[in-house]
Amino acid sequence: MSKVEAILSQLKDIAANPKKAMDDYKAETGKGAVGIMPIYAPEELVHATGYLPMGIWGAQGKSISKARTYLPAFACSIMQQVMELQCEGAYDDLATVIFSVPCDTLKCLSQKWKGTSPVIVFTHPQNRGLEAANQFLVTEYELIKTQLEANLGVKITNGALENSIVVYNENRAVMREFVQVAAEYPQVIDAVSRHAVFKARQFMLKEKHTALVKELIAEVKATPAQPWDGKKVVVTGILLEPNELLDIFNEFKIAIVDDDLAQESRQIRVDVLDGQEGPLYRLAKSWQQMYGCSVATDTKKGRGKMLINKTIQTGADAIIVAMMKFCDPEEWDYPVMYREFEEKGIKSLMIEVDQEVSSFEQVKTRLQSFVEML
Amino acid sequence: MSLTQGMKAKQLLAYFQNRADQDAREAKARGDLVCWSASVAPPEFCVTMGIAMIYPETHAAGIGARKGAMDMLEVADRKGYNIDCCSYGRVNMGYMECLKETAITGVKPEVLVNSPAADVPLPDLVITCNNICNTLLKWYENLAAELDIPCIVIDVPFNHTMPIPEYAKAYIADQFRNAISQLEVICGRPFDWKKFKEVKDQTQRSVYHWNRIADMAQYKPSPLNGFDLFNYMALIVACRSLDYAEITFKAFADELEENLKAGIYAFKGAEKTRFQWEGIAVWPHLGHTFKSMKGLNSIMTGTAYPALWDLHYDANDESMHSMAEAYTRIYINTCLQNKVDVLLAIMEKGKVDGTIYHLNRSCKLMSFLNVETAEIIKEKNGLPYVSVDGDQTDPRVFSPAQFDTRVQALVEMMEANMAAAE
Ligand code: SF4
Ligand code: SF4
Repeated sequence: MSKVEAILSQLKDIAANPKKAMDDYKAETGKGAVGIMPIYAPEELVHATGYLPMGIWGAQGKSISKARTYLPAFACSIMQQVMELQCEGAYDDLATVIFSVPCDTLKCLSQKWKGTSPVIVFTHPQNRGLEAANQFLVTEYELIKTQLEANLGVKITNGALENSIVVYNENRAVMREFVQVAAEYPQVIDAVSRHAVFKARQFMLKEKHTALVKELIAEVKATPAQPWDGKKVVVTGILLEPNELLDIFNEFKIAIVDDDLAQESRQIRVDVLDGQEGPLYRLAKSWQQMYGCSVATDTKKGRGKMLINKTIQTGADAIIVAMMKFCDPEEWDYPVMYREFEEKGIKSLMIEVDQEVSSFEQVKTRLQSFVEML
Repeated sequence: MSLTQGMKAKQLLAYFQNRADQDAREAKARGDLVCWSASVAPPEFCVTMGIAMIYPETHAAGIGARKGAMDMLEVADRKGYNIDCCSYGRVNMGYMECLKETAITGVKPEVLVNSPAADVPLPDLVITCNNICNTLLKWYENLAAELDIPCIVIDVPFNHTMPIPEYAKAYIADQFRNAISQLEVICGRPFDWKKFKEVKDQTQRSVYHWNRIADMAQYKPSPLNGFDLFNYMALIVACRSLDYAEITFKAFADELEENLKAGIYAFKGAEKTRFQWEGIAVWPHLGHTFKSMKGLNSIMTGTAYPALWDLHYDANDESMHSMAEAYTRIYINTCLQNKVDVLLAIMEKGKVDGTIYHLNRSCKLMSFLNVETAEIIKEKNGLPYVSVDGDQTDPRVFSPAQFDTRVQALVEMMEANMAAAE
């Protein structure tokens, strides 16, 4: 096994076994884990406690039964899975869970956690251009900090938090580099591997993840990039899973040259800036800097333009919209984006992401005919 | 004034509803500004600036009630709006697209010619507020983008803990000041603070009389048929900062008080049970829902939805924290515990015997906590409840047969409880 393969296989293992990653972490450090509900939370605060932040992004192919009691069928697919897992007690080992509420579904979900872990809820301000919004968010973060300290019995010092900010900024920078490397080397980093590198990030300490990804990048870049005879796409949406779906991308030689997935690049889009202000203020400020996301209000509606720019910059052939089933924030963005793509002559395809399904024949047919048309 | 003298409340309602649309059309014709607004966004700033207001949710509800929703939904569908997006929003985006097409081509598209929709003009700006849902942020982003016009946002953060903290009020009040500066730029003239005070006072008078109407449901038998709140809602939404609302609500509340004194009740002695309606009305089937319940001699005497506009605040408070609180304390913008407390209080006041929960296909925020809310309330007051499927404007979701079966069961439970208590 080559070095590249070895690193990828390690990351794939972690991505596929979050429970094991958490148990290993506990055994190693004696500390537990904290659940992070989508889409954004100041994970640095959790990192500063020494607990492992664990992303909660649903599951694949679980058929929904217990969750039916609590959620109507028109709740988004990912939250159906999360609710099902809550009912099964899958998250009960988490020391606490942090909930942001940037969409109507999450507001409701934050009030009906069925597991046993204590839940910390906070609200992102949506009038993001204002300084008052930063001040509001600082107070929300102070409350998260206090509750984390109480729930975990740990004190979060400014020193530890500053260190966590550095760790996270470095990880984001390395991941942004990884996105470029994956675009240049689609033969080496295929769609499944690319996703695994992102997904593993949710279940590892970021410094460890950074080290592995750095090594991976160095190894990949040691050999010259080969010309790509397949197609290139930019993908957008909440997430693009599972591997069976990504296998189709590989089969038809569709390289993902950039993404705007909430689970992937939106997590690494903006850094926490250096400055004279305290760490909580700078963390809050990074929410102000966030852009191109369906749950970060933008009255200028820049997401379509951002995607068009990504497409031009990467020389992509098309944009694939991975539409999370029943996700209304994403569905509201779509018509405006679609019009903008059409106006610029950029081809796009929308596919539905339903975490409950386990058959991908239909998507396969659609992707196949789309590729033939490009 | 003379025009409305001697009118009954019902006539005033129709008159002022049309008048508000007429005001907007005239403003447009004069070249003055028109603003489209979310239903519980503060109108005080725009009204102070003399901007004519149109309320897309009310407008869409009207289209739905007049059975014209499907055409507009189809226009939205063609533009790429998924059926999962709130149907108020889809009806409005469909309508907006028709107006836009008319403005560009000079020709009214067929669907618009045939639509029963009230004729309202395109906006020059929009104002939104997420106190009832974040959908209103997405919808208004789209309006602003598609029409290339300014969008004023009043963000009232979800109150995951109660009471409402000072720092949230400070943030909202700051946005009020920011909205005022935005409007000064848009209108090209300074904000009139004296007029603002008058507009706030006016709003408070409208709210006062609105609450007087809702208060009438506490009497048993009730002089108020709760469904009337749904009918009169149009004015508390669209005209609360004008005297249109005050005049109409005062007349209605006075009529109800006189009826109470004279022993005239809504169901004329046929009131057997009383229920709470939780959620938005099913506009396209409003008549069916009302008649079914009336047929079972059950009267609605409690509903939190029209009470969203109980926007009382201290108009003299220059910090605007009191006004901020009024706009953020809306029960669906608060934690489950507070939601439950609000509903319990409404049930107690209206002396209800049970609840109908509208599981609204359009509205995630007003649906996804229904199970928990119902369970906790049942545990507290022991009253029965049923859930019915519906949608406030998409006529396809509601099933009259399902509704009738479920409410029949509810009424049986309510009557059994009453019999047991006797
Ligand atoms: S509706 Fe969309 S943004 Fe909200 S929780 Fe579901 S997937 Fe996430
Ligand atoms: S029906 Fe619900 S989602 Fe639609 S605008 Fe009203 S509160 Fe928002």
